[in-house]
Amino acid sequence: MIPIEFYLILSAFMFISGVVGVLTRKNAIIVFMSIELMLNAANLSFVTFSSFLGNNIGQLFVFFVMTVAAAESAVGLAIIIALFRNKLTINIDEINILKW
Amino acid sequence: MITLQIILFSVFAFIAVVTSILVVTRKNPIISALFLVLNFAALAGIYLLLNAQFIAVVQVIVYAGAIMVLFLFVIMLLRPEHEKNFFEENPKMKWLALAVGAVVFFQLIYTIFFAKLSTAIHQNGEKSVDIGTIESIGRGLFTTYLIPFEAAGFLLLAAAIGALVLAKKHFD
Repeated sequence: MIPIEFYLILSAFMFISGVVGVLTRKNAIIVFMSIELMLNAANLSFVTFSSFLGNNIGQLFVFFVMTVAAAESAVGLAIIIALFRNKLTINIDEINILKW
Repeated sequence: MITLQIILFSVFAFIAVVTSILVVTRKNPIISALFLVLNFAALAGIYLLLNAQFIAVVQVIVYAGAIMVLFLFVIMLLRPEHEKNFFEENPKMKWLALAVGAVVFFQLIYTIFFAKLSTAIHQNGEKSVDIGTIESIGRGLFTTYLIPFEAAGFLLLAAAIGALVLAKKHFD
C-alpha cells in the first residue's frame, strides 16, 4: 500500500510547477497549459482523498472540474485567437490594452 | 517489499514530475503541449492505481484527447513566437518566481507531513473499487447532484457559443 502522502506530494509538485509556469512564461498558450497543470494537480488531490476515504463525492467533483476546464480552455483559446488577430502577438507582456 | 503497485506508482509519478517540469521550461509550445499530453496519460495511470476507473478514462478522453487537440490546433493557427531560453530574459523575476514556488512547495510538504494523514487514513481497497465505477458516479450525478450536472451542461453550451462569438469578432 502506498501512503497517502506520496500522492499529495506529487499533486503539490505539479501544482507548484504550474504556478512557476504562470509566473515566468511569456507565451499566453503556455500560461494556459500551466493552468491546466494546476487544475490537474487539484484533481489528483480530489481523487486521492475520495479513494482513501471511500467516498465518491471527490470523484464527482473532478467531473465538474473537468467540465469547467473544458469550457475555460475553449473560451480562453478563442480570446487568444481574437487577440492575435488584432495585435499580432500572444506575448502577455505586449498585451496591455487594459493598463493605463 | 516491492510490489507491482509501488513500481507502477514510481514509474507514473516519475513521468508526471519530469513532464510537468518540461512543460513549463521548453521554448517551443508544441513540445510543451506534447509533454502535457504525456503528463495527463501518467495521471490517468495514477488514477487507475487509486481505483478511480471512470475518472482515468475521462482523463484520457477529455483532457488528453479533446482539450489538448484544441491547444494543438490553436498553436498551429498562430505564428510561433521567438521566446528566449528560460533564464536569458529577465532572470531576476524568474529566480523570484522559483523562490515563491519553492516556499509554497515546502509549506505544502510541511502541512502534508504535519497532518500525519497516513496514521489516520488507510486505503480501503474493496470500498475504493466500488466507488470508482461508472455506476457509482452515474448514480451520484443523476440523483443528488442532478442540478449541478444540468448547470455544467449549460456552462458547456455557453462556452461553445461564447468561443464562436469571440473567435469571429473583429474589433478595431
